[in-house]
Amino acid sequence: MFGMNADWSLEVFERYFTIGDYAGGEARWCPGCGDHGVLTAVHKLLRDEQVPPETTVCVSGIGCSSRLPHYMGTFGLHGLHGRALPLACGIKSRRPELDVWVSTGDGDCFSIGTAHWIHAIRYNMDMTLLVFDNGVYGLTKKQTSPTSPLGFKTNTHPGGAILPPLNPLTVTLGITNVSFVAQVVDWSPPLLYEVIKAAHRHKGTGFVRIIQRCPVYAEALSKSLQNDPDRILLLQHEKGIPIDPSVKRQFANFIDHDPSDLSAARELAQDQSRVPVGVLYHNPDAPRYEMLSSKGVEFTAKKRLAGLNAALDRFTI
Amino acid sequence: MEASQVVEAALQAELIHEHIVEIVSDSGEGAQKAGQTFGSVSARMGNGVWTVEIIPAEIKPPARSPAGASGIRIRLGSKQVTNMGDQADLVVAFNEQVLYSRIANGAYKAGTVLLIDSKWREDPVAEVQAQYNRALVEFRENGLIVHELPLEQACREITPNPLVGKNMFVLGMLCRIYSRDLDIARNEIATIFKRKSDKVIEINHLLLQAGYDFARDNLNFQFQIPPQSGLEGKRFIVTNGNTALGLGVMAAGMELVSMYPITPATSASHYLADVFHEVGGFVHQAEDEIAAIAFAIGSSFAGKTACTITSGPGLALKTELLALAVMGEIPLVLAVVQRGGPSTGLPTKVEQGDLLASIFGEPGDAPKVVVAAATIEECLHFVVMSRRLAETFRTPVLLLTDANLATGQQPYPRPEPSHEWLAPHIDQTDWDPNVPPYDWDPETGLSPRPIPGMVGGHYVLTGLAHTNESKVAYDSKSNQLGCDMRSRKMAALAGTLKPPKVYGDPEGDLLVVGWGSTLGAIEEAVDRARAQGHKVSSLHLRFLSPLEPGLKEIFSHFRRVMTVEINYSDDLTAPLITPENRRFSQLAWLLRAQTLVDVDCWSVVLGAPLQPGMIHQVLLRRLESLEG
Ligand SMILES: Cc1ncc(C[n+]2csc(CCOP(=O)(O)OP(=O)(O)O)c2C)c(N)n1
Ligand code: SF4
Ligand SMILES: [Mg+2]
Repeated sequence: MFGMNADWSLEVFERYFTIGDYAGGEARWCPGCGDHGVLTAVHKLLRDEQVPPETTVCVSGIGCSSRLPHYMGTFGLHGLHGRALPLACGIKSRRPELDVWVSTGDGDCFSIGTAHWIHAIRYNMDMTLLVFDNGVYGLTKKQTSPTSPLGFKTNTHPGGAILPPLNPLTVTLGITNVSFVAQVVDWSPPLLYEVIKAAHRHKGTGFVRIIQRCPVYAEALSKSLQNDPDRILLLQHEKGIPIDPSVKRQFANFIDHDPSDLSAARELAQDQSRVPVGVLYHNPDAPRYEMLSSKGVEFTAKKRLAGLNAALDRFTI
Repeated sequence: MEASQVVEAALQAELIHEHIVEIVSDSGEGAQKAGQTFGSVSARMGNGVWTVEIIPAEIKPPARSPAGASGIRIRLGSKQVTNMGDQADLVVAFNEQVLYSRIANGAYKAGTVLLIDSKWREDPVAEVQAQYNRALVEFRENGLIVHELPLEQACREITPNPLVGKNMFVLGMLCRIYSRDLDIARNEIATIFKRKSDKVIEINHLLLQAGYDFARDNLNFQFQIPPQSGLEGKRFIVTNGNTALGLGVMAAGMELVSMYPITPATSASHYLADVFHEVGGFVHQAEDEIAAIAFAIGSSFAGKTACTITSGPGLALKTELLALAVMGEIPLVLAVVQRGGPSTGLPTKVEQGDLLASIFGEPGDAPKVVVAAATIEECLHFVVMSRRLAETFRTPVLLLTDANLATGQQPYPRPEPSHEWLAPHIDQTDWDPNVPPYDWDPETGLSPRPIPGMVGGHYVLTGLAHTNESKVAYDSKSNQLGCDMRSRKMAALAGTLKPPKVYGDPEGDLLVVGWGSTLGAIEEAVDRARAQGHKVSSLHLRFLSPLEPGLKEIFSHFRRVMTVEINYSDDLTAPLITPENRRFSQLAWLLRAQTLVDVDCWSVVLGAPLQPGMIHQVLLRRLESLEG
């Protein structure tokens, strides 16, 4: 056609993905739910990065937040409560070329999935881990979560949560081989986008705790923070993520924080008086488990058979 | 030894057709290594062999304690040997205390020859001397033929550390007693110690020869067990069942085993951890069994069907994810090496207690394939079959073995693997977007599976009820259809199976039905009863879900049908037990439900393999009650 040669026609047919290519079914979260904004950021980012939808896999557990894969036009695995991470790690183990995303909740990740959270951080497989932390169990209608603040009234603790909350940042930053830890609030779209982008570009497990609004069961938690933006501490650094001027207007408090400084990150995480947002820690060089687990994927059938025959010969009498 | 010496020795030796030998010691004295080597040497000389380890109850039991009995039983014969047999003919013991637990287990009979280290007679501790002397009196009263021999002292002439070398000395003795070719034994030793220095091999060769000479000079008996016929030109391998599982994983072309350590399953992964990289595979040790199966499911979802290996408590933890694999139709191979249960139960000992948990363990209806290996050879081949079934039927497949198969060693024909055994390369061709991810064939429930990477194939797998588009659906029709389709696959598979073959006549008084590792013992017992003129036959099932077809028809040709199993059932003569409230053994429950035949059962949970003699007695009693 038009006298084009084969090479030219290849270029003509090169695929360009639009946001529509990443969109799945219509999102069914409640109006005003923070999850909507995260989904938008993920769609936009995948479009900007032009990741092929067929090599993208979105894995989740169970919870409102774990519905995210259904709203994506990519492959998805909507797994079991607490088990998103080992499922995702298994996907990555022998298919390291796949772009793996995990969406999980505070109950899913920090309660029933605790063991997997700790170990997945240690495996440090290359994936983007979004924890939607609304401080409550949303899907099951308002039970206490490990991050519910002391005194927060729920259906399981009508008199108020009886234990102080778990701090996901200090825990994650304390795990051997942790390579990327960030925190963000869902109501700052430009910051959300940049943080997720940094986590996604990171080679290793990009852990992002998203402080997420649940207007239905935990409105007070996010409202108090929204009404008091001075409690938020914006982290900026030349080695960190670009920060939109609008974000600086939104959060007046900011400090310079070098994301390669693990001790400083731990200190920030420990400080209960402030809510740091941005990248707390980033180590691009931490070893990734898929470097080990995917060894031998390239073996041909012939090579496998030769290895097998050698193994059998060792037992031959 | 010169070839002429072998011939000469063989000429004087008493011709026998089979023998059961035990070596019993404190743990750490190398009895198992000596026994395995003796078994391999015997297999190489053409004998049928079955070896089974005697495992102490504790990791490091105190020396000279009955509970510490560690060692090995080797049964060898002129025919194929399929089980550990009944009482031993000859036992070598490093001390007298460890024999007590073997005696309590009924391992010996009047006439069993005991070769025991006499060093305890001169032990510096008077109490030890007394214990030893008392024991020997007792053993003799029980009819054991006792030979007291200065084993350790004889070893001391060769090595300053006889505790380590004694086992090879004993191997030498056994080689003399059973007219084994010492060159074969020397080669075996060289292989075992190939990672050690030449010096180590040399000392062990010296110990072997010394043991041989010692037996020649001090014992007035020698046996000869002719080889099996018809083996010429065939290649054999000798492995235990767990190594066979590991070889099966490689032969199936699976690239990933995801596991959490648990006895008695773990050694399969130990083996793989050693060699899997040679075929490009990887063993993932997960943080727990839940993560282990989730990891395997992840890999399978991504197109690389994976295997997870566990035992009872691990199976319990995997339940919820197994149901996800059923619901999402993800191929997966789950090998269950059964041990005694419930709970932590008997970690090192055999039971067939996980059958019903495997078939029915998940809340809701979760149809899946359950097969059981009956021999060590099947432990290998069934993995290959399971991977294929898993992919063809888009389902998890549970492969049951047990502690008896896991640690038993046996020679079997060397598999000759071909490309067809291996998993095909993952399909990355484009997916026709008009084909839904569960394009169920209403006749069979089967459907092709989209794999990540396929353009147009994207879908979201969910454990929620879903349509053929994999869209979450809570409506009645969708749920009924999904359940129908998943169940239909089992019927489709059953349709491809042939009715099982009856061992013995296809009609008679009593039919014994078994599954798993009891095959050899049951058939041997049936042979004995038939030799006495009884009309007994047996049937051994490999497919438990779906069940093999034609059972009701087969059962109808027998006056009585019973299962023989290693799991719990109420004894009808026990207090309070009536035919109405009796709890049956697991296969019996299944067969009764599926065939409506009044299937009887006999089962025990002794933490030990069933022995042919034991089953034979049971059969005779049942036949008698039929007459009565
Ligand atoms: C094994 C198991 N236990 C309990 C549940 C019920 N359950 C579903 S979601 C959930 C909690 C969800 O909370 P979270 O992870 O914070 O997600 P959110 O809904 O708040 O986004 C629970 C308890 C389940 N599905 N599976
Ligand atoms: S319950 Fe809360 S978390 Fe769940 S969708 Fe509604 S607003 Fe979002
Ligand atoms: Mg929550």
